[in-house]
Amino acid sequence: MRYTIIQLIYAAGVALFIFALYWMNHPKTARRGVIAGVVAMALAIFGTLLNPGIVNWHWIAIAVALGFAVGIPLSKVPLTAVPQRTALSHAFGGLAAGLVGAAEYYLWLREGPQAFTAFRTFALIAEIILGFLTFTGSLMAAGKLQEVKWIPQRPVTYKFQNQSNLILFAIAVLCGILVVIDPVKYTMLFPVIIGLSLLFGVLLIIPIGGADMPTVIALLNSYAGLSAVAMGFVLNNKLLVTAGALDGSSGLILAIIMCKAMNRSFANVLFGAFGQVQKSAAGGEAKAVKSETAEGAAQIMEQASRVVVVPGYGMAVAQAQHRVREFYDQLTKRGIDVRFAIHPVAGRMPGHMNVLLAEAEIPYDKLVEMDDINPEMSQTDVVLVIGANDVVNPAARHDKSSPIFGMPIIDADKAHTCFAIKRSMNPGFAGIDNELYTADHTYMIFGDAKAVVGEIVKSLAANGGGGH
Amino acid sequence: MKYSAVQRLTVLVSVLLAGSAGLVWAADAQMEGAPPQTDYVTMLLVFMLATFIGLGVIQRVSRLLHTPLMSLTNAISAIAVVGSIVLTGDKHPPYITLLGGIALFASMTNIVSGFLITDRMLKMFKRPESKS
Repeated sequence: MRYTIIQLIYAAGVALFIFALYWMNHPKTARRGVIAGVVAMALAIFGTLLNPGIVNWHWIAIAVALGFAVGIPLSKVPLTAVPQRTALSHAFGGLAAGLVGAAEYYLWLREGPQAFTAFRTFALIAEIILGFLTFTGSLMAAGKLQEVKWIPQRPVTYKFQNQSNLILFAIAVLCGILVVIDPVKYTMLFPVIIGLSLLFGVLLIIPIGGADMPTVIALLNSYAGLSAVAMGFVLNNKLLVTAGALDGSSGLILAIIMCKAMNRSFANVLFGAFGQVQKSAAGGEAKAVKSETAEGAAQIMEQASRVVVVPGYGMAVAQAQHRVREFYDQLTKRGIDVRFAIHPVAGRMPGHMNVLLAEAEIPYDKLVEMDDINPEMSQTDVVLVIGANDVVNPAARHDKSSPIFGMPIIDADKAHTCFAIKRSMNPGFAGIDNELYTADHTYMIFGDAKAVVGEIVKSLAANGGGGH
Repeated sequence: MKYSAVQRLTVLVSVLLAGSAGLVWAADAQMEGAPPQTDYVTMLLVFMLATFIGLGVIQRVSRLLHTPLMSLTNAISAIAVVGSIVLTGDKHPPYITLLGGIALFASMTNIVSGFLITDRMLKMFKRPESKS
């Protein structure tokens, strides 16, 4: 009877998890989704605690208390640090799956060989490999995003990198197969699998550059979900399988969207080692860039009727979103239509720019997706590019030799006038020159994004901003 | 917020399916009196259906909300808490309890921070301003 009740509670949890994700389809209902998720999780935990076998209440209490102690501060990080937090959270997810898998294996060893059915052992090995590679891979990703000193930001590549990684992974899988065949005889191989998975996670992320982080984070999200699915198979728990599958499919879809937005394949992102600075092949024709002052830009913008802002990772780094809001206010006050063009891979994780601009209280109907705003770019008077680079590079449309050729971009070059705020003329993460900066109607404003936007706001405010 | 009839129906049907699936497992359990052996065909079926539902639901998520979506699924994937609780709570040798405890701590951290930060982000999405 108790088992029945637990299963029914789990079933209710499954339904609520589905609702939680369903309500995320619109900002108006999204917070309801969080409530559904919390209730579902509470039900899952409550149902599990009903298990008659549970005796170590104090250990559970300690672990839960520690979880709260670390989790609450982790939820208060500044929004620019959300990509790191997300990566760290994938690492925790992977660690939990890996540890539970390892513990189960040693429990089964104690129970004797009859505990190992081929299916369960197979699922357990999958859980171990996915869990531990997600753990170290996500830690590496978090380190890169946090710009930890001893983790190289630029992709690290070496000869036969993909081949050696593949061989390493193959060895791990081979050990896994041996353990499935005879779990007791090959016990020694079990720690080897763990070690190889940990190593593989690190090696997988080392060659990934910043521009590819959105895809990789989404993919790690998917892995974390799949490791929960594998745990569900191991523990014969359908709630785990369902919730893990929801998470896995979510990560997969996000990763696919990111890949499409860069016109690249999974394989290319994972094994392509994008983003090394190229020796400029056509170095001879270095075109001059024109620069403009913040005051000058402000004067031109005042005359505009349509302004589009293209934010990129540079805005996040400079924490410029609140200045951007003031800029938005100044222009809107004058009756100028200001909108934001959001490229799917702008920033370091899916939706990164939207969250930052929402934090600055810019209404979400002003945040426009790339495909919706591009047709209107030719009727736009002024485009202001804030810390975005590759996503506005026209080379993607016509230069077949460019590494970003074929990537959908925001057509900033089609506007009448373009201002680009940039710290210096260093190439972006893809390591390529941007034709937009040397175009005839583009003016560079050099400086920190926050400072420059602040100056533009100041001159706008000084020029009156009377309202007419 | 206008949901089309198809959307409403899809959700209703999936909920009913999930609910009845729950009842079926429950009935199974009563017949046998004990947790059933791993029926891996059923498990794979559940996995498959859940993935389909997931793909369908996630594709509709607003692109505005992809970051909160990711932190929400972070929290949901911490469902590993279920396995961790059983491992920590049951009577086992200390090293197993320790492994379970660490896993429980990691999952709990994800649950707490995942839900809190998702809500914090969603609060920021302001409705369109009514003034022109």
